[in-house]
Amino acid sequence: MELTVSDLSCARGGIAVLEGVGFTLHPGNALLLRGPNGIGKTTLLRTLAGLQPALAGRVSAPPEAIAYAAHADGLKATLSVAENLTFWARIFGTSGIDAALTAFNLCDLADRQAQNLSAGQKRRLGLARLLVTGRPIWMLDEPTVSLDAASVTLFGQAIRAHLDSGGMALIATHIDLGLDADKLDVTQFRALPQRLDAFDEAFA
Amino acid sequence: MIALLSRDLALAVRAGGGFGLGLAFFLIVTVLVPFGVGPDSAILSKIAPGILWVGALLACLLSLDRIFALDFEDGSLDLLATAPIPLEGVVAMKAAAHWLTTGLPLVLAAPVLGVLLNLAPAAMGWLVLSLALGTPALSVIGAFGAALTVGLKRGGLLLSLLVLPLYMPTLLFGAELVARGAAGLATMVPTLMLAGITLGACALLPFAAAAALRVNLR
Repeated sequence: MELTVSDLSCARGGIAVLEGVGFTLHPGNALLLRGPNGIGKTTLLRTLAGLQPALAGRVSAPPEAIAYAAHADGLKATLSVAENLTFWARIFGTSGIDAALTAFNLCDLADRQAQNLSAGQKRRLGLARLLVTGRPIWMLDEPTVSLDAASVTLFGQAIRAHLDSGGMALIATHIDLGLDADKLDVTQFRALPQRLDAFDEAFA
Repeated sequence: MIALLSRDLALAVRAGGGFGLGLAFFLIVTVLVPFGVGPDSAILSKIAPGILWVGALLACLLSLDRIFALDFEDGSLDLLATAPIPLEGVVAMKAAAHWLTTGLPLVLAAPVLGVLLNLAPAAMGWLVLSLALGTPALSVIGAFGAALTVGLKRGGLLLSLLVLPLYMPTLLFGAELVARGAAGLATMVPTLMLAGITLGACALLPFAAAAALRVNLR
């Protein structure tokens, strides 16, 4: 399976931000989304993940193949690290969180409540969730926020292991992850500032 | 889906989870009413069905905005929306968890609190039956209202205004069922109406709530 996006337009708050987005992602490859703040990287990722409908265009992979990781990690403060991960593993119908804990160096923290983690540790737990989804396409929105250098290296290793096993990754990031990946500057797809009319907006 | 239900139950009973909030409110209302109304037991037993039902309804309302707002704030609602579970299932499980942590304790505590209000002994069984039949509808309707207002900051007021009119049929038939039970009249019609409202709400509103969530998550 490969991810082909053709002529995709997406909107945020009723205003088209990107149009004519097109790229192809093959198994084993990653694509880095680049572009200044507010250009629409998050909107593009949310559209591809199926959280909002596209204005136009086609996406070859169904949302069921995509694991999405947003700015927020979706952690419950009063659950422990292991409980948080186990919950997502059960939701996605997979079993075994040990590999995910090991990959992000969380084994020592497994019994600690998420509210007692540092920002970087929470982020690692949020990223570990990707490993338990068992989905082939990862869509990551600024995954390295609040990670230290060692954790960025761990994250890079996790991404490479995922790609080596035939997975794909689409990553919106501003820093160099040390990945051998193509870069896509989203700025070229910027939509002309134009408000949708009220009729379209009701169905957008 | 069971994972979602058990997570919500676990969250509810841990620190700050809000379990017992509705029950405590229900307790306060039913304890305060006799002080406010006075010790006339004839009046108390006359108004007891209405007070108990209004108290249960407001106790349910108190915790409604937590159903989706917390998951929305920490991002887990986005992640649940992209998970293999259909959003309709998410809504149904969230409503079920709300009922188990709010509605069910009210049902179990109601007979004890009925004594405080001098409810006729004959009506105790009808009180439990009416709450058991009616409170699931309160949770499902509330989940629908919470889904409509999930993106709003401080949406609690709007949520109450949206949900209260929808609670009216349940309140009317619930209190009527208890009052008729206390007076020894036939209770078939309000029982069936209450059960019908609950079944209809459980069957239809998860779909409406899921549609509202999809719009609010954009």
